[in-house]
Amino acid sequence: MADLAIRARGLTKRFGDLVAVNNLDLDVPRAAIYGFLGPNGSGKSTVIRMLCGLLTPTEGSADVLGLKVSDNANQLKPRIGYMTQKFSLFGDMTVLENLQFIAAIYSIPKSRRAPRIDELLENYNLTQQRAQFAGTMSGGQKQRLALACAVLHKPDLLLLDEPTSAVDPQSRRDFWANLFRLAESGTAILVSTHYMDEAERCHRLAILDHGVKVADGTPQELQDGTGMSVVEVLADDPYAAQAVIQSIAEVASVTQLGVRLRVLIPASVDEPLLLVSKYLDAKNIAATAQLSRPSLEDVFVAVTMKPGARAA
Amino acid sequence: MRRDRLTFGMILGIPLMQILLFGYAINTDVRNLTAAVADEAGTHRSRQFVAELRETQVVRIAQRVETAGQLEELLRAGRISVGIHIPPDFDRRVIDAQRAAAHLLIDGSDPTIIGIVNALKNMPVSFDTTAQPDRMPAIEVRTYYNPEARTPVNVIPGLIGVILTMTMLLFTAVAVVRERERGNLELLINTPVTSAELMIGKVIPYVVIGLLQLAVALLVGYLLFDVPVRGSIVELYVAASLFIVANLSLGLFVSTAVSTQFQAMQMTFFLLLPSILLSGFIFPFDGMPKFAQYLGEILPITHFVRLARGIMLREADLTAMTGALVYLGVFTLVTVTAASLRFSKRLD
Ligand SMILES: Nc1ncnc2c1ncn2[C@@H]1O[C@H](COP(=O)(O)OP(=O)(O)O)[C@@H](O)[C@H]1O
Ligand SMILES: [Mg+2]
Repeated sequence: MADLAIRARGLTKRFGDLVAVNNLDLDVPRAAIYGFLGPNGSGKSTVIRMLCGLLTPTEGSADVLGLKVSDNANQLKPRIGYMTQKFSLFGDMTVLENLQFIAAIYSIPKSRRAPRIDELLENYNLTQQRAQFAGTMSGGQKQRLALACAVLHKPDLLLLDEPTSAVDPQSRRDFWANLFRLAESGTAILVSTHYMDEAERCHRLAILDHGVKVADGTPQELQDGTGMSVVEVLADDPYAAQAVIQSIAEVASVTQLGVRLRVLIPASVDEPLLLVSKYLDAKNIAATAQLSRPSLEDVFVAVTMKPGARAA
Repeated sequence: MRRDRLTFGMILGIPLMQILLFGYAINTDVRNLTAAVADEAGTHRSRQFVAELRETQVVRIAQRVETAGQLEELLRAGRISVGIHIPPDFDRRVIDAQRAAAHLLIDGSDPTIIGIVNALKNMPVSFDTTAQPDRMPAIEVRTYYNPEARTPVNVIPGLIGVILTMTMLLFTAVAVVRERERGNLELLINTPVTSAELMIGKVIPYVVIGLLQLAVALLVGYLLFDVPVRGSIVELYVAASLFIVANLSLGLFVSTAVSTQFQAMQMTFFLLLPSILLSGFIFPFDGMPKFAQYLGEILPITHFVRLARGIMLREADLTAMTGALVYLGVFTLVTVTAASLRFSKRLD
């Protein structure tokens, strides 16, 4: 399909005995934000590096923007913007110098450089910092600079590797506003994250666990397709309640969120609410239980619990 | 240790290799100095004299020429360390207590040679009978290029080579590895920049730095130690530029072989020691066993020390020392090619 920004089949990467990415299929549409959700070490960076040709897949292949990565790395580079997980611009150069350097690298004609850089400084709220050394900026500012550099050459595809991991919540919101603007203007964006709230903002997402894609779809589809009922329990003594609930054979998992417990029970079990209440009452634990819609976090717990399970 | 095998190897391997290497290679008891003979007498006695000199094994006679002038030329081009000149009236001089029978023309730009040849001067030769107690030495030594045998004059050209080797190698190797550690490189190799552009961009600022260092070293040498630049300063800069580029490309190659700044530094010092010890800078090249000489010939600094001493002290032309220039060029080409092959625009 030509309207896919990324189409990967059977993508596998081994480092010695370690299978960092295992037989991954991926369809990323254009003009949308595609999320890559997974804990540290699940293989997100490795996938992104294979997609931009930095790492050679052990097996499988990927088409990016309609071209095979392995044969067209050089044609693809000018069309891809890549923001590394670690801040990788030059700390001993100023914001302006970094932008000028990147502009020169992408051979942007001299006449168009200055206006483009001014536009980016404006859009990414960096005009004040233009003469500041990049190494001395805050996490949020560094991240805005990195994004500005990644989009300077107006790429068709943006690969963002955990762009918000070193950034405060306000900066994260602003950052996502920028991403939506870019997606609207037609850029395909692949963004990896381990934040649930960020995953929720994506148009589509894939959940990665130990190198395996355990689920993918829109956040909606994923939430509807867990195959689990969620019972939320509010207890005065959540520890005691948790101990009791965990002893129930049918319960798949219990996660504590403050005073609340999220209890996952397979959808095949009838009357999950009654089941939980019955056990809590039997032990005389004061608690209120109610059915709840699965959150992305529940999705994540559900799919990583039984590897290979597919939702949607 | 499994995590950092290279470092581990270096911790044990480097001292071991170096002690073995230098223990065998360094020999201050120099033999086989390359020499040429101009025997203008051509008598039975003069031939016997040459044979006796050869038997001492201090000199190795590599060439025979006709005149003292030709000896001087060979000396200037750095092809020989000692010229043995036997005047036409050698036989008469032998019995004349007031005149030296033969001359040794030696290259004073190499510090150790002076001492060794002075020892030769006093060797007993058959014609030097004890019957002439107040005879002046039969062999007269003429030291060229550094007749006062001043140490700075000998040392500074070589020192320039060592300084340039150290800084150029360290700068490039560490700079490239640092960019890799910081992730700069991961970003850069995802841009349309080619490997060649990346490498040239890295190298050019350091060429400028190297040439500045050379200027400072020459100036201080001249002002404080009266070290001359007898030949053309332009030619010296040409030679130095080539030498700097050779070291930078070696630095690039090192950067592709190591993964941390620490390893880059260790590797630099690993290369620096032979550069000091096997280049002829401190220990005479001729005194080393063959295998050490071959190793020395591989190092760019050996060739630069020859070029620098030639131009600065012996007023030699580059044209007389094209071999060293060509070698530096070839060395650069080989290391740059090897570095580019290893420096693929990939992470794995
Ligand atoms: N160059 C490498 N050599 C060996 N192992 C690696 C390399 N890069 C990543 N890994 C391993 O692959 C796994 C996935 O890593 P990564 O893709 O960085 O995960 P993530 O980005 O999701 O945190 C990890 O176990 C990591 O240790
Ligand atoms: Mg990562």
